[in-house]
Amino acid sequence: MSTDAKTHPLVVSVSPHVRGGESIAKIMWTVNFALLPAFIMSVYYFGPRAVYVTALCILTAVFSEHIFQKALDRKVTSTDGSAFLTGLLLGMNLPPAVPFYIPIVGSFVAIVITKTLFGGLGYNIFNPALIGRAFLLITWPKLMTKWAMPTAHFIEMDAKTTATPLGILKEEGLAKLIEHFGDKASLYKSLLFGSTAGSLGETSAIALLIGAAILLYKKYITWHTPLSFLGTVALIAWIFGGKGALFTGDPVIHLLSGGLILGAFFMATDYVTCPTVRKGQIIFGIGCGAITMLIRLKGGFPEGVMFAILLMNCFAPLIDRGVKPKQFGAVKKEAKK
Amino acid sequence: MSKSATFERGIHPDDSKELTAHKPVETAPLPARVIIPMSQHAGAPAKAEVAIGDTVKKYQLIGSPQGFVSAPVHASISGKVTAIAEFPHPSGRLIPSIVIESDGLDEALPLKDNADYLNLGADQIKALVKDAGIVGLGGAAFPTNVKLSPPKEKPIDTIIINGAECEPYLTADHRLMVEKPQEIVNGLKLLMKAVGVNKGYIGIEKNKPDAIEIMRKIVSGEPNIEVTALTVKYPQGAEKMLIKAIKGREIPSRGLPMDVGCVVQNVGTALAVYEAVRYGKPLVERVVTVTGNGVREPKNILARIGTRISELIELSGGLVEGAVKVIAGGPMMGFAQWSLDVPVVKGTSGLLVLTEKEYVSSDEYFACIRCGSCVDVCPIGLNPSMLSILSEKGHYEEAKDYNLFDCFECGSCAFVCPAKRPMVQFMRLAKSQVKP
Repeated sequence: MSTDAKTHPLVVSVSPHVRGGESIAKIMWTVNFALLPAFIMSVYYFGPRAVYVTALCILTAVFSEHIFQKALDRKVTSTDGSAFLTGLLLGMNLPPAVPFYIPIVGSFVAIVITKTLFGGLGYNIFNPALIGRAFLLITWPKLMTKWAMPTAHFIEMDAKTTATPLGILKEEGLAKLIEHFGDKASLYKSLLFGSTAGSLGETSAIALLIGAAILLYKKYITWHTPLSFLGTVALIAWIFGGKGALFTGDPVIHLLSGGLILGAFFMATDYVTCPTVRKGQIIFGIGCGAITMLIRLKGGFPEGVMFAILLMNCFAPLIDRGVKPKQFGAVKKEAKK
Repeated sequence: MSKSATFERGIHPDDSKELTAHKPVETAPLPARVIIPMSQHAGAPAKAEVAIGDTVKKYQLIGSPQGFVSAPVHASISGKVTAIAEFPHPSGRLIPSIVIESDGLDEALPLKDNADYLNLGADQIKALVKDAGIVGLGGAAFPTNVKLSPPKEKPIDTIIINGAECEPYLTADHRLMVEKPQEIVNGLKLLMKAVGVNKGYIGIEKNKPDAIEIMRKIVSGEPNIEVTALTVKYPQGAEKMLIKAIKGREIPSRGLPMDVGCVVQNVGTALAVYEAVRYGKPLVERVVTVTGNGVREPKNILARIGTRISELIELSGGLVEGAVKVIAGGPMMGFAQWSLDVPVVKGTSGLLVLTEKEYVSSDEYFACIRCGSCVDVCPIGLNPSMLSILSEKGHYEEAKDYNLFDCFECGSCAFVCPAKRPMVQFMRLAKSQVKP
């Protein structure tokens, strides 16, 4: 063992010489883990179909990223958990009864067209999973709105189809929706636990909130985007959501139904496609909430979370240019000559 | 110690100070040879005042200051000048330096004890500080005399002694505060007198409770001096953060401490001021923390300026197998060295040796995923994510609109970045390409 300093080759690099323990892969796999409770609930209610659809999405996402990165001679990052996450999120956003080509095409559009061709993770403008879903919804509208009745106990799902709670609310009104579930309390309970019709992973609010709590605790997401998103939805639902009179809407139904919880905590918070500055994230969240409710109350679709997030994705770079963090020792700018 | 002052944002790296925090300062043996650079300070390099073949004594002036922002340089040992040429410097550059071979006698010019030193006038104190070649010993090495002479339109009301030592691993200031508290307080009194203020603070991070306790005891009879316990957070010791924590004042963008009526001096600088004013002792030695898992026996060493860092590493038991990086300064802002023949200079607060295990490569990094972690920690409130992207794309002018030049390269953004981006490199690149 030499102690002669001169024989040691020394590494020279820029400061800092120590780093914290975070990495992209660690963050991405943690988000995947945080979606596990919601995935388990989807298997519970929709049976083996949930595993089949989600697995197809994930496999297509990871393989297509791998192949295209190789083909484009880029650094291969298909194991960093980010493609896996896109696949998982797309799966959770699909109706349970879709044929096999739906997850494959959706995942391919999400990863290759939305992410890889834009330059890969960090350069994509839109949330890949949501573009994948939007593409499917526009291309196969019937298949993408065929909602199966959830059963329970991990058995094969019911072949009967039904409307989602938001669909019933839109077409037949609140009274009919409550009647459908018996009473208001059972409606809330169904929405919380997920025994309603809907996309695979969006139905159980409680399971999603457990995952969100993990991410908030780990500080991988902050309250800014989700809270402003949810708050805006609740406020607009309360003011304008009622039949006839203002301030008679039911915000709870709007908060717990559709893809709102999944969207607000897991999709609107996507680092790459939302603003970086926290103040900007509040603007982003409010925008998401307002567009969601505009679509739900006035638009042609019963659900608006997906288009709301995608539209706000366009504004994220602009928000980041306009909103700066609180500068230490800020001085008023001198008038330009 | 319930109250604790701090600033917004910042990071919490492991402080790793236990390696040397309780090891009393050891004096290094007389080096056989010293390499004394003419530039160990911010500002103009000094001009050599000796020639090859001259014999010099310890404390003898060998380089004279050139201009207002400059500092004299003194011999740290007695012996013969054997070379005047460019030598490697811890900054990574080659710097004109004077090499002195020791005669083994360590003969020094005589020092006089002026027992009445606390009654000297402001101008006398400043002159003594200037002649002693004192510069900021925290690392930036700005000539102390210049800081003590602010322009008239910038009234100063506060002197702050910086004992935060927020860089992980380093304990040189900590040991000085524990071992020479009275001298440091006397140095503070002299600094207050030199600038004509009657309020002084000593800011110390709470991970040095012994230093806080002993300093509080020493100043208990001094109504004008206060010891402030600071939250342990990086970069608490940056001047902007320190003044914010202690006085609640924010130095304006692109400004200096004097813009908010403050002068900040490091603990070691205060000690040097005391020794210069009382004894007329020039700055020829300093405490260096030699530490990290890459040396066998980490310790705090009082070393002559000009001692090669390889000698200090040998004194600390030598390098272990797998030592890969030697850093002059701390791990957050220090400079990685390519040669162990560089000398200890006035600004060398520590030598940190990292092993393969702790080494983090910055060769491989990813695109910014815009997670916002860097925005959450930047002590200056910049958007480092945006700045790094602009710099990466070559949009340097635009980076100025995002207050590029307020960045003081503390490295907090790089520390938290999950994409392992070389953030400090991006900032330096952009700064080098545009005019401030």
